[in-house]
Amino acid sequence: MIEVKDVYFTYPNGTEALKGVSLQITNGEFVAIMGQNGAGKTTLVKHFNGLLKPTMGKVLVDEVDTRHVSVATLSRKVGFVFQNPDHQLFSETVEDEISFALKNFGFDEKKIRERVDWALNILDLTRYRKTSPFMLSGGERKRLALASVLAWDPKILILDEPTIGQDRNQKERLRQFILQMNHQGKTVVIVTHDIEFVAECEPRVVLMANGKIVADGAARNVLTDPDLISRSWLILPEITNVLLNLNDLGFPTNVMDVYEARDLIIERIGWARK
Amino acid sequence: MAIIEARNLTYTYPYAESPAFKDVTLRVERGEFILLTGPSGCGKTTLCRCFNGLIPHFYGGKLEGEITVAGLRTTEHPIHEIAQHVGLVFQTPENQLFALTIEKDVAFGLENLGLPRDEMRRRVDWALKVTGIYDLKDRAPYEVSGGQQQRVAIASILAMQPEVIVLDEPTSFLDPLSARNILEVINRLNKELGITIILVEHRLDLAARYANRVIVMNEGQIILDGEPRKVFLENEAALIGVGIPKVVRLYMLLKRAGLNISRVPLSPEELSKSIMEELIFDRG
Repeated sequence: MIEVKDVYFTYPNGTEALKGVSLQITNGEFVAIMGQNGAGKTTLVKHFNGLLKPTMGKVLVDEVDTRHVSVATLSRKVGFVFQNPDHQLFSETVEDEISFALKNFGFDEKKIRERVDWALNILDLTRYRKTSPFMLSGGERKRLALASVLAWDPKILILDEPTIGQDRNQKERLRQFILQMNHQGKTVVIVTHDIEFVAECEPRVVLMANGKIVADGAARNVLTDPDLISRSWLILPEITNVLLNLNDLGFPTNVMDVYEARDLIIERIGWARK
Repeated sequence: MAIIEARNLTYTYPYAESPAFKDVTLRVERGEFILLTGPSGCGKTTLCRCFNGLIPHFYGGKLEGEITVAGLRTTEHPIHEIAQHVGLVFQTPENQLFALTIEKDVAFGLENLGLPRDEMRRRVDWALKVTGIYDLKDRAPYEVSGGQQQRVAIASILAMQPEVIVLDEPTSFLDPLSARNILEVINRLNKELGITIILVEHRLDLAARYANRVIVMNEGQIILDGEPRKVFLENEAALIGVGIPKVVRLYMLLKRAGLNISRVPLSPEELSKSIMEELIFDRG
């Protein structure tokens, strides 16, 4: 469990990135932290594995204060996948990249091989096993960064902007993958401003603006609230927008799914034709 | 008049076993706004690197066929010469930022062109303003967020006022509203200044409305090329992996359910309007 208790954080240059954030994420939850660039999303999740320590307030991971443990110790439990894969990739081959942390955590040879094969396979990178990470495309490097964290099987998975540079198929695979991980009991926290992706995943949404949490609830309630969304400088899901424009004709305004929208429109038109 | 002309272009990276793209023939007219898309690894980024000579000058490898950009054969002219005609904005902005302040980063390319000081100042200020980072000009590029860095990268290209701007997923790091603002800026550069735009994007929902032409690549080849509405309408199956906008998917579903909407929508507003018309028409 992650408990954030009235956390303030100020960067050395004076930027106040978090201004009194309280949040509780229980084991097995799937949470999307959303907001515009600079809202404080990444700063917040960097507190979950101790990369940043609160200026005021505290963060507890499984009841342990992050100020009292090393990032290395916390990392075993909290896997963090960075927004820009180039910040974490450095090995000569894809395979070495994935096995690096496993070696550091002291996994044995056999286990390392198993975990590497598993991670390569699940993220569709097996064909690049011997390739240099820098020969991969942006989207592929992103998957490699995820694979190398997943390989050590952390209990809590934090993904900073996982959909960037991913095409439609990969996003769909990522969605299935996150849901599967979550179903198996992992806590998954994604930081994203990919509204359409979140609309499809329907996690708990924590909406941030200017270093504060401005809403916390089901995706369907948070993402379809025009007032909240515009105050957070985001945009509504496309489908919500289509129906919102038709609000005068009596359409509901909290729809995000294409099939649900189709059924509502067809029903309404059928009724109009009678 | 063609500003980019590629004929039977095939490229293989050094030590790669197979080409990144093969036998690509493409003609881009001056003033076009092209949306270039396709699955990850399809060769679109590699193709973009040919447009400003990074391939073959920087990457090496084997380039076969012919490519001419703004009248220059890229194989025969150095990158700095081609860069005056073609600006390239990369996927990850920080790979192209290096100066101590944002303002200096934006001015760097102009200093190399040897422009008069006034003209340089004017262009830098203009580029900083249209990308919305004028207030950040004295900050260091590495201090600002990923989205703001991408704006710096775009501003430094804008300041050069090239004939063609190639943008490789420029909005990836931006939140939706900033992404829309940047696309609006890119659109203005195209419509008002006539700059040819080649935009690589996965987010067709945000970008399709601006383009006059969509090119889809898959496994190193161009598989579709045409006007957006036409491409979306006629090639649903081929586009599933590309991710057609949700409004287009809803349009298809409605059409299949018997609703007769004539125009393929490229934005939620267009679809709402069509549905509204359908309902009002039926009542009357």
